[in-house]
Amino acid sequence: MSKTLTRMDLSESVFREVGLSRNESAQLVESVLSHMSDALVAGETVKISSFGTFSVRSKSARVGRNPKTGDEAPIPARRVMTFRPSHLMKDRVADGNKS
Amino acid sequence: MIRSELIQKIADDNPHLYQRDVERIVNTIFEEIIDAMAKGDRVELRGFGAFSVKKRDARMGRNPRTGESVPVEEKHVPFFKTGKLLRDRLNEE
Repeated sequence: MSKTLTRMDLSESVFREVGLSRNESAQLVESVLSHMSDALVAGETVKISSFGTFSVRSKSARVGRNPKTGDEAPIPARRVMTFRPSHLMKDRVADGNKS
Repeated sequence: MIRSELIQKIADDNPHLYQRDVERIVNTIFEEIIDAMAKGDRVELRGFGAFSVKKRDARMGRNPRTGESVPVEEKHVPFFKTGKLLRDRLNEE
C-alpha cells in the first residue's frame, strides 16, 4: 500500500544517519528546503546531480477559461517552477514500480 | 545552484558540523525521496512541493526515424507539483 512521507520522515532518516538530535535533524531538512526555495525565487536553476533539476520559467499572460462554466478569465504573466527528474531517478522509479 | 553549493550553504550556516556530515545529511534527504518514489510512495513537503509517481499506460509508439510502430510498455514516472507557498513566492514583487 502506498503512503505519504513528510518532513518528519526525512528528519527521522537524517537523525538515524548522523548522530544529531531529532530537533536539529528537523532544522537541517528545513534549511535544505529553504535554501533551494530562495535560490529558485531569485531565478536560479537548482541542479542536484543524480536527483533532478528545478528551474523557473516565465509564462506570458493569456486568456484562460473556467472549465466548469466556460467563462473567460485573464491569466496574468507569471513565473512557474518545473522539475526535470534525472535519468537515475526515472530508472529507479520505473524499476521499483514494475508490476 | 548545484548540489555542492547547497552543501556549502548548509555547512556555512552550521559551523559546528563536519563538512562530511553535512554531505551525508543532504545526500540522505535526496536519497530518501527517490527511495520513497521507487516504492510507489508520495513525498509531500508543504510549502515546497510534492513528489509522486504517475502511471503511464502502455501505448503504441513510433520510431521517429523510420516511422515504424513499436509497442511501449506501461511505466511509472516521477512527478513534481510545486507547493502553494513557493508558487506564490515566485510571483511576489
